[in-house]
Amino acid sequence: MKSQPRIGVYICHCGVNIAATVDVEQVAKFAATLPDVVVARDYLYMCSDPGQALIQQDIVERGLNRVVVASCSPRMHEPTFRAAAQQAGLNPYLVEMANIREQCSWVHGEREHATAKAKALVASVVAKTARLEPLEEREVGVTPGTVVIGGGIAGMVAALDIADTGFPVYLVEKGDHLGGRVADLNRTFPTLEPVAELLEPVIGRVQDHPNISIYLDAQVVGVEGYVGNFEVEVTSRRVGGERGGAEGRGDPASTPSTSSSSTLSVGSIIVATGYDVFDARRKPELGYGQYPNVITSLEMEQRLLDEDLTVDGRLPKSVAFIQCVGSRDVQLGNPYCSRVCCMYTAKQSRLVRELLPETDVTVFYMDVRTFGKGAEEFYDEARAKGVRYRRGNVSEIIRRGSRVALLGEDTLLGQPFDFEADLVVLAVGMEARSDVGDVSTLLKLPRSSDGFFLELHPKLRPVDTAVDGVFLAGCCQGPKDISDTISQAKAAASSALIPLIRGTVPVESATALVDEEWCAGCGMCVEVCPFGAPALDPLWGFSRINAVLCKGCGSCASACPSKAIRLQHFTSEQILAQVDALIG
Amino acid sequence: MADNHFEPKIVAFLCNWCTYTGADLAGTSRIQYPPNVRIIRLMCSGSVDPTYVLKPLLDGADGVLIGGCHPGDCHYQSGNYKARRRIIALKEILKNAGLEEDRVWLRWISASEGGRFAETVTQMVEFLKEKGPNPMREKWAV
Repeated sequence: MKSQPRIGVYICHCGVNIAATVDVEQVAKFAATLPDVVVARDYLYMCSDPGQALIQQDIVERGLNRVVVASCSPRMHEPTFRAAAQQAGLNPYLVEMANIREQCSWVHGEREHATAKAKALVASVVAKTARLEPLEEREVGVTPGTVVIGGGIAGMVAALDIADTGFPVYLVEKGDHLGGRVADLNRTFPTLEPVAELLEPVIGRVQDHPNISIYLDAQVVGVEGYVGNFEVEVTSRRVGGERGGAEGRGDPASTPSTSSSSTLSVGSIIVATGYDVFDARRKPELGYGQYPNVITSLEMEQRLLDEDLTVDGRLPKSVAFIQCVGSRDVQLGNPYCSRVCCMYTAKQSRLVRELLPETDVTVFYMDVRTFGKGAEEFYDEARAKGVRYRRGNVSEIIRRGSRVALLGEDTLLGQPFDFEADLVVLAVGMEARSDVGDVSTLLKLPRSSDGFFLELHPKLRPVDTAVDGVFLAGCCQGPKDISDTISQAKAAASSALIPLIRGTVPVESATALVDEEWCAGCGMCVEVCPFGAPALDPLWGFSRINAVLCKGCGSCASACPSKAIRLQHFTSEQILAQVDALIG
Repeated sequence: MADNHFEPKIVAFLCNWCTYTGADLAGTSRIQYPPNVRIIRLMCSGSVDPTYVLKPLLDGADGVLIGGCHPGDCHYQSGNYKARRRIIALKEILKNAGLEEDRVWLRWISASEGGRFAETVTQMVEFLKEKGPNPMREKWAV
């Protein structure tokens, strides 16, 4: 039995975010005149503790049975206000939000129009709220385990943290070995540790871990399901670490050399697919691939590892480094900074000075960005060791005898230069992987304008994605160094563990319901539902919807010719009341 | 031609996962667009009942915008395809009923296309200004 609605309306200033554009006091006054509204207030920050307390107090003291908060997007704070209402004894589904920030104050500059629109949005949501019904909160069990996509340092570190907690991890690597791009490096900055000493123990632990199943030469080809219960389809040409592989439903271990397909049931997914190295051939003016004197920074890593810096059998008298190759380059479509090149150039240039003290080493840079612990000090040391830094853009490299000449402009002196070198190292940056689109489509992950995966919030939710239960680690989210990658991987692991440790996840409460009196048993709902939720009762012929399978999309409700199905929380009555409030 | 002071009223039904989030992104990116649109949040464009479109049109709204996920991206697998079929059929019915089917726009706008959402609203407002008010506003005056 529905009680007479008693609605409280709360208009948030959001500091100046709303109040600077929308006359919040006027909106509150207007809201007080709407049907069923008992109290309407405006407040500086509704989401703050005193803001929430204000609502809770009114629920208790004024006997509110419905709440409307006009503030930011419900995608932001709906859980906050639902929880606050619940604490005060109100069913959380009797709270509704009017989005007057993202969809009003932030997109309209003119105060009069923005205020009018805010009033309309509030009226529309109040009309819906009066017709809301309490819903039951429901949860389902979680399949323990995580799929980690990518066997680089990020994926391995995340896998280890989850596996150490005791949950099974399926580590899916596209290549034929673990270690990713870090395996191509010589020493770390700023500590100059040999990378092999750092990486090999990690690889060893991953390989030996009883809870980690490794899939090499493998790819994720399908993802179904939702947070808590994903089904991840993996095809693999060979499998290692099969000790922990028994949890997978397929039987990957039996035929190691042939292609196999497994369906992995897990509760969460970590994406750690890494990056592509910028292809220096896309800047043909720098002569990479044409002159043996021009190499990339990754080739330099290998040469430093081999301690072989010769060009055509001769030791170089002059080595030049060029920074920002493929980064901070709007024309190439990479306006961002790759964040690691300044430091690895400082590292490489310093190592060259140490190996060949007689050799001139010059770094051509746009700006030197040495953020991070110990980084600026390391850069100072490189210069103290005789590395020369020259601010300038190299526009072209040409051959001159057995050497090359760098032509460009010194941007401090404002003068052109012609600089001869025996060896040139291009500090290539990072790009989103060429196959990033495939992963994005599989997991429905949005990407930012730089092509990397988009985190849910740049500050507050840096490893979460728009897809619940899918988390990001490492350079697939944007360029970063090893320290930051590992920090993020550990953060992603801890977030991915939340549903696993909790053991249950909330499922949609706003499911569809059939009114048996009106159902003609035509089966249209059975036909349109992609989740197999409705079924015709074999005895009575009418449809019944399985609430556990129903995801609350409402396709059946709009398809039902008898209008016997309603989607709870988004019923036709509620939606048409919203329309009425807007237009009527 | 329509007078310059005419401000069209648009009711928008946006799916929670793509277009509604895209509209939020327009907000967080501070991309400005005309205030003529009033958004109603739905879970899926596939749940847009024909009456949701008919009622605002009959009540005098100048346009109805339905926003869903791009083909292949539906959070519920196929709701946007259902919306597409339903809106095509509905537009035929609108024509036969003497209503203007071009006041109903169905657009695919993803969660990452805040700019596209703002552009769509801007274009729709311009189009409706050019077209003039919904004659149903004056239905009792006939």
